[in-house]
Amino acid sequence: MVQWTDFERATIQSVFEKMDYDDVGPAALSRCLVVYPWTQRYFGNFGNLYNAAAIQGNPMVAAHGKTVLHGLDRAVKNMDDIKATYAELSVLHSEKLRVDPDNFRLLADCLTIVVAARMGAAFTADVQGAFQKFLAVVVSSLGKQYH
Amino acid sequence: MSLTAKDKKMVKAFWAKVSGKAEDIGCDALSRMLVVYPQTKTYFSHWKDLSPGSAPVRKHGGTIMGGISLAVASIDDISAGLLSLSELHAFQLRIDPANFKILSHNILVVLAVLFPNDFNPEAHVAMDKFLAAVGRALSEKYR
Repeated sequence: MVQWTDFERATIQSVFEKMDYDDVGPAALSRCLVVYPWTQRYFGNFGNLYNAAAIQGNPMVAAHGKTVLHGLDRAVKNMDDIKATYAELSVLHSEKLRVDPDNFRLLADCLTIVVAARMGAAFTADVQGAFQKFLAVVVSSLGKQYH
Repeated sequence: MSLTAKDKKMVKAFWAKVSGKAEDIGCDALSRMLVVYPQTKTYFSHWKDLSPGSAPVRKHGGTIMGGISLAVASIDDISAGLLSLSELHAFQLRIDPANFKILSHNILVVLAVLFPNDFNPEAHVAMDKFLAAVGRALSEKYR
């Protein structure tokens, strides 16, 4: 089981409490589709993903970005058993959506960059460490049911 | 995933905007790396103070940014431009190349913190590709 320090717990709660999901979700997903264009393979039916401007203006990308970010809520509320919390979602991503689990890491990196940009100096090295540890646990849990 | 003409143009333009803060960028990126990826501290056992923003960290961050600047200036042939740095890393420093990715990630985080509006997705992808190319050039002589 993952061990969290008090600082890490408090940091994760605080970062997500202050987060504007409607801004961060779309920003993270659209950044991922621009920075790692092969991730577009999962969004063939999302319409125009032709260039960065199109991706950032695409309403389906924005909607899906919010969905994905809200998906993190359960992990934020259940930090002591993220693996069990995400078992079903892991199966979904593996068997139905067939997403290469490396993509979770790519999206996590983009989310880190977006949160860093929003928080500025408040995104200290210690906060970055806690945030990246949280996302690493999420990424690992989402990949757990692949076989 | 080599650098296109568009990437090079973006990197040069973005670097022109941010290079005034090069030392701060280097210091912050290195500080974050040592905190968030503690295994990287193994390369600096000879430093008295590994805390964020310490004198050796700031100095070395500046040195690293000097190398990045050189790479920007040599962007049309990074391998040639970084030849002596490449030999240094291969034969003397022998830093495991996985760490180039780690430091690159932390540089990108600092760029996001310091330049939230300029570091848009297009600048991000160009800088990510560029830093990956720098990492490849530095590890070229490893074996």
